[in-house]
Amino acid sequence: MSTPAREALDRHATPWLFATALATTAPHFIHQPPWLSVLTGAMLLWAVWLWWKDRRLPGRWILIPLVGAGSAGILLEFHTLFGRDAGVAMLVMFMTMKLLELKSRRDAMVIVTLGYFLLLTHYLYSQSIPTGIWLLAAMWLVTATLIRLHGGPTSQPRDFLRYAGVLCLQAIPFMLVLYLLFPRISGPLWGLPSDAYAGKTGLSDTMTPGSIAQLVQNADIAFRVRFDGPLPPKQKLYWRGPVMEQFDGTTWQPYKGRHPAPQLDSMSPPIAYETTLEAHNQRWLLALDAPGNLPAETSLSGTLTVNTANAINERQRFRLSASLDYRFNASEDPLVLRRNLVLPANSNPQTRALAAQWRVGNTPEGVISKALGLFAADFTYTLYPPLLGRHSVDDFLFRSKRGFCEHYAAAFVTLMRAADIPARVVGGYQGGEFNPLDQYLVVRQSDAHAWAEVWLDGKGWVRVDPTAAVSPDRIETGIANALAFGEPLPMLIQIRADWIRTLRYRWEAINNAWNQNILGYDPQRQRELLARLGLADTDWRSLVIALGGTCGLLVAGLMAWTLYKRPERDPVVRLWHKALRQLARRKVDCAPWETPLDLARRVREQRPELAEPFQRVVDAYLVARYGNTDEHLKTLRDAVAQLR
Amino acid sequence: MMFKSTLSGLAGRPRAFDGVLEQAGRIILGKDHEIRLAIACLLANGHLLIEDLPGMGKTTLAHTLARLLGLQFSRIQFTSDLLPADITGVSVFERDRSEFRFLPGPVFAQLVLADEINRATPKTQSALLEAMEEGQVTAEGQTRLLPTPFFVIATQNPAHQIGTFPLPESQLDRFLMRLELGYPDRTAERALLAAGGQRRRVEELMPLLTPDELPPLQQEASAIHTAAPLIDYVQALVEATRQNPAFQHGLSPRAGLALLAAARAWAWLAGRDMVLPDDVQAVLPAVARHRLRSAQGGGYALPEDIAALIRSVAIP
Repeated sequence: MSTPAREALDRHATPWLFATALATTAPHFIHQPPWLSVLTGAMLLWAVWLWWKDRRLPGRWILIPLVGAGSAGILLEFHTLFGRDAGVAMLVMFMTMKLLELKSRRDAMVIVTLGYFLLLTHYLYSQSIPTGIWLLAAMWLVTATLIRLHGGPTSQPRDFLRYAGVLCLQAIPFMLVLYLLFPRISGPLWGLPSDAYAGKTGLSDTMTPGSIAQLVQNADIAFRVRFDGPLPPKQKLYWRGPVMEQFDGTTWQPYKGRHPAPQLDSMSPPIAYETTLEAHNQRWLLALDAPGNLPAETSLSGTLTVNTANAINERQRFRLSASLDYRFNASEDPLVLRRNLVLPANSNPQTRALAAQWRVGNTPEGVISKALGLFAADFTYTLYPPLLGRHSVDDFLFRSKRGFCEHYAAAFVTLMRAADIPARVVGGYQGGEFNPLDQYLVVRQSDAHAWAEVWLDGKGWVRVDPTAAVSPDRIETGIANALAFGEPLPMLIQIRADWIRTLRYRWEAINNAWNQNILGYDPQRQRELLARLGLADTDWRSLVIALGGTCGLLVAGLMAWTLYKRPERDPVVRLWHKALRQLARRKVDCAPWETPLDLARRVREQRPELAEPFQRVVDAYLVARYGNTDEHLKTLRDAVAQLR
Repeated sequence: MMFKSTLSGLAGRPRAFDGVLEQAGRIILGKDHEIRLAIACLLANGHLLIEDLPGMGKTTLAHTLARLLGLQFSRIQFTSDLLPADITGVSVFERDRSEFRFLPGPVFAQLVLADEINRATPKTQSALLEAMEEGQVTAEGQTRLLPTPFFVIATQNPAHQIGTFPLPESQLDRFLMRLELGYPDRTAERALLAAGGQRRRVEELMPLLTPDELPPLQQEASAIHTAAPLIDYVQALVEATRQNPAFQHGLSPRAGLALLAAARAWAWLAGRDMVLPDDVQAVLPAVARHRLRSAQGGGYALPEDIAALIRSVAIP
């Protein structure tokens, strides 16, 4: 018994399925393990070759071991068969393997269904504009393939593509309605695989020499900021991250215990701004020093870091304010001060000796300026410092004299502590790049920075940036100008040509608009939109009703339009109606029951000047519509064109 | 006047029929449309009913067509005492050979003119009508084939005249077309009066076709292309008659087929290789009126109702 699904697949439909498989799996090749990309690519090529040569497809005794080997590989690679990465890898593998058993229409339908599902999985990895464009095009192709499977071999490929394109365009209103009205979920999707946020990096909460230098080579955007007022001066843009108070000789890390609440006196009017933070999988924001008003569900720590309740594992938007001039903990807890004087025992003897020497007869301010003076004298700012020994600060201060911001911050804090001045390292970002096109300040991973904070009696914690003493360029114009030529910076920030920069600004402004307006459409924005539409206080039930109602209206509208438009689908009729519209413009109306020849007769009486061109239209139309030929469409088109 | 159009013509266009039309037009003056309809009816292999008052040229038309098409012609004058055997023929006993011999009736001709068919009794009428439908005659237990081509042109006086048996609908349906000739217009009548009658001139007509030439032409006419939109149009017209309150009942599927066949013949006569809505509109009154019953009075559908019907259906 043969059902339509069991029917053998028409040979000319197969390239469509190859294209579908390629379009829906290709973007995964970038982030999959290379062996898997090679395996799936090879199977795709094999399937194409078998089809080209019209060979027999491989039997079960080949396919079953292949599936087993592939699954074992995935299991070895990911240690599971589930979760985001392993699950997607399995789907990609199945997709290409299905191409090796394409026998019936049922197999082809499996490819198409799998293709639609695979389209969705790409959004687990990227929601950027290029991904969106690729997936739209892929959806178009998959739909055309589906139509091809049902449409038979008679039509041309472009007919399937055109039909699929029309279908996709018709889906756009539904897409918009679903996008705007489907209940938004705040926070991550339920049940998203636990590894869904892997690989999103940023500033770490510990600092070892070299950790920031590594980050600086990454041009990814860390966050974007839009100030309500004018842009503050660049040397004041210190974005505070974790504050590291504990040093074990190599690694700086934050104090894990409790801090007393901070006392903050702001000495300048607050600056309001909105920051859009990329996911960095940490439980802090990067706030401009010193933070004022805080967003909901965040708290200010004793070290002025803004902490969040949950890790930031997706792009999030916050409204904050900051006072650029402030006094922070003028009277500090003695315990805190003592903690910020501790140095590992028996470390860096030369540094301690130097500090002890400076301490004699100098105020703390004097010691600080001596230290900054030392840095300014003959130190070099580089991403490629030499390796340091056990007494790393000694090595750095007295021998290599080459380093990056973390070296300077660490050395400076060590010097201060040795001189009995409470000091600590602050991690974060400094500066940023202002995009004049959309007025956003873009802060990248390459803007990662470390600086020092010292406590002075009566002044509280004061920011001291030793890097500024070594390389003022770093603070004033950014890292690209601070480093010597040849340092390994990302191409993106190295290029200084104006037109490329403008191009980059434009691209980033587009991306930012996409992030802010399309991806940043969150429950709150949805509420605002609905309130503007007169649907205040919506719960998910009224949303579902609104959704159903709007979709119903859309369907009804589309159906009415289709019914209204149907008689015109035939190009011959469409051209004829076009000619009739031309006539109507010249005050000759055609009754629906009037035959074309009668009309031509009437035109000859009423508008003799039109008689000849219109007679040509009528002749071509009658032959094309009622004749036994399909070849007169062009004649008709020309005749209608001449009617004008 | 036919409108000049560059529509693609038929290959091997039937010149003969231009001649038939032209010569018949010289006999029956001012009735070009009716002559064309009558010829289209014969081309579509259908029978023709001409209905009008006496003296309007019904018989002349039948005669003219028979002469011009070169058909073997016979005429039956229907009267109230005409018997079926008077039409089909009888067997007579021949003493010499001691057997019955069948003497074929007047129906054994290629073109039979059944004059004033509504004067005969229904029994006699049905004898002819069965011959029309079957193409054969059964008399005295024996079936005899009629010649081909076989046409019947029946004439009828309008039913309100005394002493007639109007044809029932089932019988009317056997006629592909029904024509009314009507009064000639002034110029035609003036010419007619001046010439002193046309009967004599019919006898002088020379045949333009032989009986053998006609069936292939009929074949050709029945093969004219009807596009899907045209069939849609015919269907829409037929459906409209079933919903139109001006008619007691609508057209049957057979009537729809008749309409298409007549339109094909009409298109072929116009020298086209496809049927246009114009062709359907042209033959519709002749094909449909006798198959419909007017809701008012119960007679044939009125010409105004047919015109309104055409105006109620959009051309697809």
